[in-house]
Amino acid sequence: MTDLTAMPAVGGSQSRSLFLRGERTRRRHMAESRFRAIGLAAVIFGILVLVGLLGSILANGVSSFRQTYIALDVYLDPAKLDKAGDRDPEALRKLTTFTYQPLIKTAVEGLIEEKGISVDGLGGKDVEGIISKEAPAELRHFVLAHPSRIGETVKFELLADGRIDGYYKGRVTMETAKLDRNVSPEQLMLADELKAAGVLTTRFNWSFFTAPDASDTRPEAAGLGVAILGSIYMMLIVLVLSLPIGVAASIYLEEFAPQNRLTDIIEVNIANLAAVPSIVFGILGLAVFINYVGLPQSAPIVGGLVLTLMTLPTIIIATRAALKAVPPSIREAALGVGASKMQSTFHHVLPLAAPGILTGAIIGLAQALGETAPLLLIGMVAFVREFPAAPPGGFFDPASALPVQVYNWTQRGDPAFIERASGAIIVLLVFLIIMNLGAIFLRRRFERRW
Amino acid sequence: MNMLTDAAVEETLQSGSKPAASKMAGKDVTVHYGEKQALFGVNLEVPERQVMALIGPSGCGKSTFLRCLNRMNDTIDICRVGGSILLDGEDIYDPRIDVVELRARVGMVFQKPNPFPKSIYENVAYGPRIHGLASKKSEFDEVVETSLQKAGLFNEVKDRLQEPGTGLSGGQQQRLCIARAIAVSPEVILMDEPCSALDPIATAKVEELIDELRENYTIVIVTHSMQQAARVSQRTAMFHLGNLVEEGPTDKMFTNPDDKRTQDYITGRFG
Repeated sequence: MTDLTAMPAVGGSQSRSLFLRGERTRRRHMAESRFRAIGLAAVIFGILVLVGLLGSILANGVSSFRQTYIALDVYLDPAKLDKAGDRDPEALRKLTTFTYQPLIKTAVEGLIEEKGISVDGLGGKDVEGIISKEAPAELRHFVLAHPSRIGETVKFELLADGRIDGYYKGRVTMETAKLDRNVSPEQLMLADELKAAGVLTTRFNWSFFTAPDASDTRPEAAGLGVAILGSIYMMLIVLVLSLPIGVAASIYLEEFAPQNRLTDIIEVNIANLAAVPSIVFGILGLAVFINYVGLPQSAPIVGGLVLTLMTLPTIIIATRAALKAVPPSIREAALGVGASKMQSTFHHVLPLAAPGILTGAIIGLAQALGETAPLLLIGMVAFVREFPAAPPGGFFDPASALPVQVYNWTQRGDPAFIERASGAIIVLLVFLIIMNLGAIFLRRRFERRW
Repeated sequence: MNMLTDAAVEETLQSGSKPAASKMAGKDVTVHYGEKQALFGVNLEVPERQVMALIGPSGCGKSTFLRCLNRMNDTIDICRVGGSILLDGEDIYDPRIDVVELRARVGMVFQKPNPFPKSIYENVAYGPRIHGLASKKSEFDEVVETSLQKAGLFNEVKDRLQEPGTGLSGGQQQRLCIARAIAVSPEVILMDEPCSALDPIATAKVEELIDELRENYTIVIVTHSMQQAARVSQRTAMFHLGNLVEEGPTDKMFTNPDDKRTQDYITGRFG
């Protein structure tokens, strides 16, 4: 507008060279380059934040994918494990891990003697302390599974204590060990000797993905198994419930419902629902699904239902947008050759909208996968060591979830859990990346067909 | 061009001597879009196996009337239609009528070519499939071939029937849409400015095709091109501001119209 009014003034000074830059031009150029600089700065800032975030998570978390093990020959002494000599499974089950602790102690002492290692200032407790407190449970598990091997000497790859593990990841040093009541420099020296003898190794940590959570004193044994399974169960429930319901609702609203006040109100409220804080859905889940319906606490079924409610608006909004983006000429074309409304929708509109719907669904799922707050309220924050059974029964068993596991681990005192939490975040991010890649892949595939 | 008009004149002379039976008829048709009235009591008969052109300035209601003929206006929520429209003497707005059956008998070709984003074959075969007009592969092959032949497209696309219909040129796409419409063997074909998105060469082909289709189908065409109306139609109806101004044989409308508004519009004084 201002340009137009300025025109006559410029036109007055006729045949001015285009190379001459007036005050207006100079200001316009300034404004343009200023805006570009601001935009670029914003982008760079964003990238830096992202790099910093990922960098710190990776720096803290990558080490959780490696774990230190000690190879140990343990003599499964029948005099201690099976006094009656009948291998009775009932009697074996009654033995607690306390019975196995001395076996480990004997084994470690035997190992040190065999390798000819001598470390001054090591007490008896210190020697067996380099092995994780999880080890007796591991032995007991083995004996219960193979009672016939009692009396044999069996080679075990036992977890090293969390501090020993931390020593090889740079978390624990000789200096910190002097101040630490849980580990002594002598133990670290012993570990170094064992490493030199090839008994102590650090290798890829599969059990991080398969093992259940462990208690505060044994971070080295803590894994994501239950959390991953719980998250997968919940995602299955969310997918199976929210995709059909959401797509059906959006098709009805977009293609069939009349445009009137009622549908307007519904539309506004779906948008509102998408903005409801997730913790409110958690309270709803607690009140309705657990207190009223009586579903079990900490169960993936409740988590799945709550996350379904949360995901529905996202899917409905994305699906409606995808349906709206299909040109009306396609609907007219179908109706014009005598297709019914439903035929036109399902034969033509829906396939064209499918890539958008899929993307929306996967974004909704990804959102649900990372959601923590509502799960805290329905008890999924509980310490769960038992794996849930196979579906569908397993949907009702207690389980954990990935983001909740992260939250859980950051609450623990042992610094080894910071590494675990960061590792869990990496796993969560990898899941999200895989889902997004899946969305891109599916979209490409669908689009190629047309 | 002259030959076409000559043929049209000859045709109207013939039909003048033996008036064609009315295929569709609108009786006192009114249309409201919400509060706004778009058609004010239109009475118009569409003769069988002839081409009727609907002309008039933009917003005059000719497209609205056309879309009433196969109840395409049903898809617009706020649209209300009054009066009655008869197809072979039956009211198509009767509640007992199934609109899908109606649209199978009264097909439509749109302003912008809108082939389905599927193969050429699938575009044509879709109508027969949903109406159960063919069941075996050979039957589908046949209906696809004859429809494409009638639409004058077969020779151009016979080697690439499995390629997407959207990959054709604009004119070919529009002829594909016509083939798609005739594949369900309609009795009436409605065309809403079918050539407005096409270049002159493609337009000539489609017009030629319309002239051939007249043998078997009743055609109603909305057009903004006076020349096109003169070239392809036997009868012309002139709309203005939601009213039918006048209707008559095309040559008479273009040479000696009764109404001054028709005269003005045709000679380009308004619209």
